[in-house]
Amino acid sequence: MALRPTRPLHTVALAGALGLGLTLAACGGGSSSSGASGGAKTKDCSAYKAYGDLKGKKVDIYTGIVTPEDKPYQDSYKPFEDCTGAKINYQGDKAFETQVLVRAKAGNPPDIAIVPQPGLLQQLVATGRAKEAPPAVAANVDKFWGKDWKGYATVNGKFYGAPSGASVKSLVWYSPKQFKDKGYTVPTTLDELKALSDKIAAGGQKPWCAGIGSGEATGWPVTDWMEDMMLRLSGPEEYDKWVKHEIPFNSAEPTAALDLAGTYLKNPKYVNGGLGDVKSIATTTFQEGGLPILEGTCSLHRQASFYAANFPKGTKVAEDGDIFAFYLPGKDTTAKPTLGGGEFNLAFSDRPEVKAFQTYLSTDLWANNKVSVSPAGGWISANKGLDVTKLTNPIDKLAASILQDPKAVFRFDGSDQMPGAIGSNAFWKQSTSWITGQSTKATVDKIEAAWPK
Amino acid sequence: MSNSEKFLTMLSAILLFVAVVGFILFLATRFSGRRADRVVAWLFLAPTVVLLAIGLIYPGIKTIWQSFFNASGGSFIGVDNYKTIFTTSDQVTVLRNTLLWVLFTPFVATAVGLIYAILIDKARVEAFAKALIFLPMAISFVGASIIWKFVYAFRPDQGGVKQIGLVNQVLVWLGGSPQQWLVNSPWNTLFLIVVMIWIQAGFAMTVLSAAIKAIPEDIIEAARLDGVSPLGMFRFVTVPSIRPALIVVLTTIGIGTLKVFDVVRTMTGGQFDTSVVANEFYSQSFRANNQGLGAALAVLLFVLVTPIVAYNVKQLRASEAR
Repeated sequence: MALRPTRPLHTVALAGALGLGLTLAACGGGSSSSGASGGAKTKDCSAYKAYGDLKGKKVDIYTGIVTPEDKPYQDSYKPFEDCTGAKINYQGDKAFETQVLVRAKAGNPPDIAIVPQPGLLQQLVATGRAKEAPPAVAANVDKFWGKDWKGYATVNGKFYGAPSGASVKSLVWYSPKQFKDKGYTVPTTLDELKALSDKIAAGGQKPWCAGIGSGEATGWPVTDWMEDMMLRLSGPEEYDKWVKHEIPFNSAEPTAALDLAGTYLKNPKYVNGGLGDVKSIATTTFQEGGLPILEGTCSLHRQASFYAANFPKGTKVAEDGDIFAFYLPGKDTTAKPTLGGGEFNLAFSDRPEVKAFQTYLSTDLWANNKVSVSPAGGWISANKGLDVTKLTNPIDKLAASILQDPKAVFRFDGSDQMPGAIGSNAFWKQSTSWITGQSTKATVDKIEAAWPK
Repeated sequence: MSNSEKFLTMLSAILLFVAVVGFILFLATRFSGRRADRVVAWLFLAPTVVLLAIGLIYPGIKTIWQSFFNASGGSFIGVDNYKTIFTTSDQVTVLRNTLLWVLFTPFVATAVGLIYAILIDKARVEAFAKALIFLPMAISFVGASIIWKFVYAFRPDQGGVKQIGLVNQVLVWLGGSPQQWLVNSPWNTLFLIVVMIWIQAGFAMTVLSAAIKAIPEDIIEAARLDGVSPLGMFRFVTVPSIRPALIVVLTTIGIGTLKVFDVVRTMTGGQFDTSVVANEFYSQSFRANNQGLGAALAVLLFVLVTPIVAYNVKQLRASEAR
């Protein structure tokens, strides 16, 4: 038995494959590779003339978006394929976030990757394989997106890729029915939110429910809580400094933000409605965290817009339905800080067909095509060219209206921009320990200590 | 890659394999005379040596080399990664947990397996009883972990909320209140260890049962004639006779335990202070993107496993030599 340090790697790969395999089996396979199919046959090709004739050309697109969300993506490529003759090869993979780095480092990157985090985008650019976005894409992004969005895909002054989808995280889920029955009103300031929580608690019911369990990513919902509170307490400028580590993680503002989150999440009077005590937040999966609202054992649950999909079939998600969400209010009504996320299209090739497809994905045309092939909703973009009236789903409408509100100050999920050692390790882990009893001070100190030097 | 492409790749790999083996066999036939045996032996060894060098020795050396570099692998930082492992509180917890695993799993699993093997030896339902405890061995670690996650599942003690976890349900029936088994450190590590013991006891039982059956009948008879008590039989006859098998079982489980990863990753993801070296190595390398620290943890694991492997091989040879 000579050298064996590689041995754990085998175990790891196998275990990973097994673990994923098990969870994926239910989701219909981790990796699906097929061209776009379905969708209406496109008749009017005038808008696609500029892309030229791309007959026989192929573009590979690699993403972490898998069944069932991949279908609308593939359908939205269909008009481009029909009109230009190019073939788009869509590959969805649940292990995208680690695999795309491996592929880029090994010199085998896809033509285009849909990257869900600015931090990962920076890492991919650092491999030297990514290509700068063509001028047409940059022009579209200037036209259709806010400046902040362009900034997230800019590394060392060079702009790399157009934003794709977007999500709004500053939402609180509630039951409109319960609010009506009990005479609660949707709060418009943080103080009102606190007052409402106290009112519900005084009625003998725990107002909030939460769950942060997410396998090895356990803890991430707490990072969203803290980011939302940071934006509200200290404003977007301080928030940016905190994310970029221009102020230490354990300085006064972040500490106050986590403490504020703690007045909700670690308050035994407030949590964990229908799920147990404060500690039960750590063992409840984030998918289950808001379900007690339906049982009436919980009234408020802070989670992103995608959470709509977690309610059982038949639940009416609407302003007059079983469940809906309101904007997590700011300190006052003058500014509306909004926390969110999104994806970016990063290209690793500058072949003409890749450039053409990349440009198509940065247009309002694509955003609207994407919405019209997603009849059930569940997808929005921060693209200002997006026709909000086309959205069918009430929660999409709410999210899009928050994004396009002129008072809204959008900020990207901070942990997604921090280095991996923090954003996908220490921040999650210490947040989890914070829920199970660790003090705020010890938590921010430990995260600061883990920041890569 | 489409399916036809995959089959094409597979086919060309098989052809390549046949070609290489054919070529070696062809070369082997060209040698004759006094020194032919040596040459032929080397020829047959060559593919294995080459593959081992590429697949094991090169990555091994590279991992050791990498462990002296920083997170991105760009600058040399000496033994700082190793210092981190032994000084930061999170990493020390990882070491403590690994120690708990190695202390408990092999000994408890072997003890359970041994006692079980003796109890059911020559019983009427022996085959069935053996199958029963051996079954967990057939389940993958991840599958076993998911099963046990349900066993430990927690639901609050509130009206209208039903327990779905076996342990908590039993506790509630006995009048207790449900507990969060996987949250409170260090007890949660022990609850994870139970899963590993559940899997490994079957392995220990099978090997030890075979060893017990191989004890020569005349030794047992002689002991009986000397009027030995059942306990004395166990202490002075059974255990000494199966000592080599016992050590092989202990060390084999020990090696597997040091490398434990699946159970921790599936059940807690290393949260709540349950991480162990192999899991931490994965988190650091692939999640935190700290290649240097990840490599250092891999090297540490290698250093810990090596002596046990060496001892295991030695004992295996000794028991075969008998």
